[in-house]
Formats: sequence, C-alpha cells, structure tokens
Amino acid sequence: MFERIFHLLVKEFLELKRDKSARFRLLIPPIIQMVLFGYAATFEVFNVATVVLDQDQTQESRALVADFVHSSRFKLVAVAKDRRQVQDAVESSTAQLGIVVPPGFAELLRKGQSAPLQVLVDGTNSNTALIALGYAGQISGNFGQGYAQDLAQRTGRALGHPLVSVNLQERYWYNPNLNSRWFFVPGVVGTLTLITIVNLTAFAIVREREVGTLEQILVTPIRPIEFIIGKTLPFFLIGLLEVSIVAAVGMIWFQVPFKGNPLVLLLGTCLFLISVLAIGLLISTLCKTQQQAFASNFFVLNPMFILSGFSFPISSMPAVLQWFTYIDPLRYFLVIIRSTYLKGVGLDILWPQMTALAILGMGLYTLAVLRFHKSLD
Amino acid sequence: MTAGDGQPQIVVDALVKRFGEFAALDGVSFTVGRGEIMGFLGPNGAGKSTLIRILCGLLRPTAGRVLVGGMDVAKNPETVRQRIGYMSQKFSLYGDLSVVENLRFFGGIYGVPSGEMEERLRFAVDMAGLGGREDALVATLAGGWKQRLALGAAILHRPLTLFLDEPTSGVDPASRRRFWDLIHTLSEDGVSILVSTHYMDEAEYCRRIALINHGRLIALGTPRELKQHSLGGELLSVEGERIGDAMVQVQKSPGVKDVAMFGSILHALVDQAQLRVPEIEALLVARGVAGARVRRIEPSLEDSFVHLVGTQFASGETSP
Repeated sequence: MFERIFHLLVKEFLELKRDKSARFRLLIPPIIQMVLFGYAATFEVFNVATVVLDQDQTQESRALVADFVHSSRFKLVAVAKDRRQVQDAVESSTAQLGIVVPPGFAELLRKGQSAPLQVLVDGTNSNTALIALGYAGQISGNFGQGYAQDLAQRTGRALGHPLVSVNLQERYWYNPNLNSRWFFVPGVVGTLTLITIVNLTAFAIVREREVGTLEQILVTPIRPIEFIIGKTLPFFLIGLLEVSIVAAVGMIWFQVPFKGNPLVLLLGTCLFLISVLAIGLLISTLCKTQQQAFASNFFVLNPMFILSGFSFPISSMPAVLQWFTYIDPLRYFLVIIRSTYLKGVGLDILWPQMTALAILGMGLYTLAVLRFHKSLD
Repeated sequence: MTAGDGQPQIVVDALVKRFGEFAALDGVSFTVGRGEIMGFLGPNGAGKSTLIRILCGLLRPTAGRVLVGGMDVAKNPETVRQRIGYMSQKFSLYGDLSVVENLRFFGGIYGVPSGEMEERLRFAVDMAGLGGREDALVATLAGGWKQRLALGAAILHRPLTLFLDEPTSGVDPASRRRFWDLIHTLSEDGVSILVSTHYMDEAEYCRRIALINHGRLIALGTPRELKQHSLGGELLSVEGERIGDAMVQVQKSPGVKDVAMFGSILHALVDQAQLRVPEIEALLVARGVAGARVRRIEPSLEDSFVHLVGTQFASGETSP
C-alpha cells in the first residue's frame, strides 16, 4: 500500500518539477490576487464626489459646506448654481452626492430652531450610499451641536436648547481602527486556497483521464483509495505551502496581526484541505474533459464563495440559503482563520468549526472514493 | 479448444454488454489457450475495445462471465489485474517522464519487488530497444519506440495474459513487424495474447482470429480456416477499364453471390468458378469493357472479412 502511494508521489512531483508553467500557476497568481485584494477590496468610503448648491450664502452655510469638504470622506467636485445643475451632476455620475443648503438656513439657526439640509444620494451602489449618508449625518449633527453650544453661550442660554444627548462610548474590539484589510486578508487566504486546490486536483485527474494514462493505471492492481491518496497528498502539501506563503504576504506586507496559535490554524487548514481536495476529486469523477472540469469548477466555487460569509453576512441571508452555508467548508474555515488571526482564540472556542470541517471532509472524501471506483463504467 | 495445454487461459462465456439501449456486445463466447495469440478483427465500433476493457475489469459485463486464469474478472478484479498486462488504444505513458521513470512508476504500482526492479527495468529497456535512451523524455520518442516501451511497461510484472487494443495503429511498417516479433517471443514463453487490430496482414500472424461485428462473433478460426470456409463459394478477380461501371452488371449475372471493389479490381464470389469465368468475360466484352480479364484467385482474409461483414449488413442486422 505505502509502496504504491510512494511511487505515485514520486511521479507527481517529477511531473510538477518538469512543468514550469505549473510552478508559476501555483505561486504567482495567488500572490498577485492577495496583493489586489489587500489594496482594492475595502468597504471603507473615502472621497465621495460631492456637488454643493448653497442657496443661503451665509457664514453659517459656508461653514457647514467647509466641514464637508475638509473631511476626508467627501470631495467637492462642483459648485452648482441651481437645482437643475445638482441633478445633472448626479445623473451624469460626476457626483455621487449633492448637498443643497436652502435659503433661510442661517436665519432659522440664529433663532435657535432646526434648519433643514437636503442631501441627494445616488443609491445605485446601496452600500456606499448608506455609508456616505451616515458620514453626512455625522458631520451635520456635529455642526448642529457645535452651533447650538456656541449660540447658548453667546445668548446666555436664552437661545440654543439645553443639550440632552446620549454619548456613545465606542470600543471596537479585535480591529480597533475598523481596518477592512484586517477583515479581508485572512479571508483571502481561505478563498485563494479553495480556488487553487480545487482546480489543481480536478484538473490533475481529468487530465490523466483525457490523455489516457488513467486507464493504464486503472488496470493495475492499485486500489482506489491508494490512487486517491497518492494523487491528493501532493496537493495537500502544496495547499499547506500555499496557505503559508499567502498568509506570510498578508502578515508581512499588509501588517495584519496574527494573535492566535499557529498550530490551531494549521489544524484548521489541514481539515479544510481535506474537504477542498474531496471537492476537486468529486468534480474530476463527473468530468471527462478539462473543459467540463473548468465549467464545473466555476459552477461550484462561486456559490461556495458567496455563501461562505467572505463578504456578505450569513445572518442576512434567507433561511434556505443559510442552511446551504452549513455544507460550505469555506464558511467554517473563514471563522477559524479570522478568529486565529484577529481574536487569537483557541480550540476551546473553535472546536465546533473544527468538528464540522472534519465531518464534512470525511464525508466528501468517502463519497469521492466511492464514486471514483465506478467512474469508468 | 483448438490450442494450448490444459485449462484455457481466457474464457468468455455468453458475454453481453449494454450501454443503455445499445448492445456493444451481444452474446460473445470463445476461449484462448495458454501461449495462444488470438486476433480480434472488426470494423470500428464493432465492440473490440469494449471486450478488452471487460477482460481487464475496466467495465462490468451486463450478462455472461469472463474468466482470466480461471478467475472471474468481475468478482476478483484486483487479483486478475495482478496477472494481466494491458495496452490501450491510446498511448498512455507519461510524456513528461523519462523512459526509466515511467517504467519504475508502473513497476512500482504493479508491485514489482524492489529486489527485482532493476532487472525488470533492464529487460523492458532492452526489449524496447531503448538502451542508451533511458533518460530521454517519453514525449520525445518516435511512435515505434513509444509503442514498444508501452509493451515493456505492460509486462514488467510478468503477466500470463496480455491484452493489446490496436497496439500498432499509427506505427510505421518496420516497427509493426518488430512489434510482432516481440509478441511471438512472449507467446513462446507461454503468455496468452489477445490483440485487436484492423490490419489484415497482422491478423495473419495470429494463431486464431475472431471476427466481430455489431457486437457479435461472426467467425472464429485459424486464418486458413477463415479464408477457405467462410466464403461459401469460389472467388474470381475481374479486371478491365472502368470496371466500376460494370459492377452492377456483374452483380446481376447468374451464379454471382457477392461483388466487392478492391482498388481497381472487382472480387466476385460465385458458386462455380469453372462455369462462371467465361460467362462474366462474355458479359464484359458485350458491355464494351476494354481489356476484360476474369480468373479464379485464392481468397485473402480481407475477402472473408468483407464478405462476412457484408453478409451481416445484408441480412438486416439493424442494431445501430
């Protein structure tokens, strides 16, 4: 048994050694993607293109507009002369946000009353719109509070209502600066591993089927389990190497802290890789050509990615889809890798995810071995 | 049983293989003796590869039994595989591995003991005539070498039975000749060999030939037996200018059972050569065929093949 697996391993690594493009495919794209994700994938909103229509033209209105412009969140791209121009700017996507200060704005403030401020937001990208609106609310709120305090002081509390407010004492745990890179980078390690290893495994076996070498191997006394172990073990090792490299780029280049125990992450990675290899194997048993494998991979990997909680919260999904997330190994691995990176928790907390991955991995792997047995008939 | 000593090495008994509605093999039975070379002849899609794959345990029979070395292939596939060698239609060694790496790999998964490995590798390299090119990548080898190497890889574990599925397709004649010499040597050592081919000249090298069409065995015997008895008549060769145009007339002529075109010559199967030669000659002259010449010839395997396959078509075999 071990003799045969050993010979398969030797063969796989020899082929890999000869295949220069495979070595490139293994190393370069994951690193490039990691760098891309690290820089480009962010939920944060900066420099929202803003058009301003100041119909009041007072000291107060100008101060408010200045508050917007001086925050890093908004960037003044145009000053409109009338409402029509504000609408044009938003419609032509020159601006994503329009601020309209109506006439009489300052007058109301000076009387100690609330004054309206209109904000028009391009809601096409609902996420960005919501976040930008939040910042707009914060800036106008702060402005209002500051003005009221000032007015109360100047008029001996005759004007400007006594302020009653609830003060939020915010503490962001694990990611104090709400750096979305800290959230994305560990997730990318998991996603990239999934994509690379499923592809490698599926293609490796389908290629042998296509070329005809698989048939030659099937007539030898090798048992399906020996063949599958011999064929997947190299990719298991490659998977571990890949996680290490991509994780190292995340830590060294992007300075994402790793607070947990590396051994806990190693265990989680091993369990995750078993599921991932099994998925690649299952795809390979269903496909006769590499083209079919390519299409199947796309079909399988995209839903796994969307349902994993990588960027869309699972708790916001409809109940039926939430059930499906339970059979998505990436879901569990993302919890494990994010928690070990940022929270530094151990097995006492992560055992449910580890157990789920172990069960999924064994189940999928067994299924792959059973299916492989019959695959030529 | 026409050959071999004692038990037959391969027994195929009432074998049926269906893929859905399609019967790829429809009740095939035969045996192959120890050290016998059995040739499988048939048009593409006749079921040759399916039969060989069932014998190797790659496909399961729908009905019937297949024994190799007295053992049921469907029940003990792994034990059987230890004792058989197989060369598939497609070349199936690793192009990006060297000659020796390929052999070592297949020897390893066939379980050749490490003590014997070097000797077996040496044997296979010598047999393939690849001495001095042990480290060449297989992808760089020419067709004949690749094919002998594949044969070498298939016999590393000293199998008693060898299945070769069109092993010489796409190989030059000299290499084919050399390949058959190797097969004969193996046969003399007691290895039973079942080989499919569509080269008629190769079929002549076989001890017995099984002709298969539409999943059925339509003739079985030595090349000599097939040539003499399968036709059911005597064979005439008909020559002349633009002979194709006269084919229909020859077909309608009395006593003619079958006519087939071989290049620029017609082969006509008739009941009695002596009687029909002058008749057909007269017919052609009457039709104005210049240089008409009709004579009796010894049938070749190809004649039997065309006749038998044609008969099957004519008798209304409708399976796809």
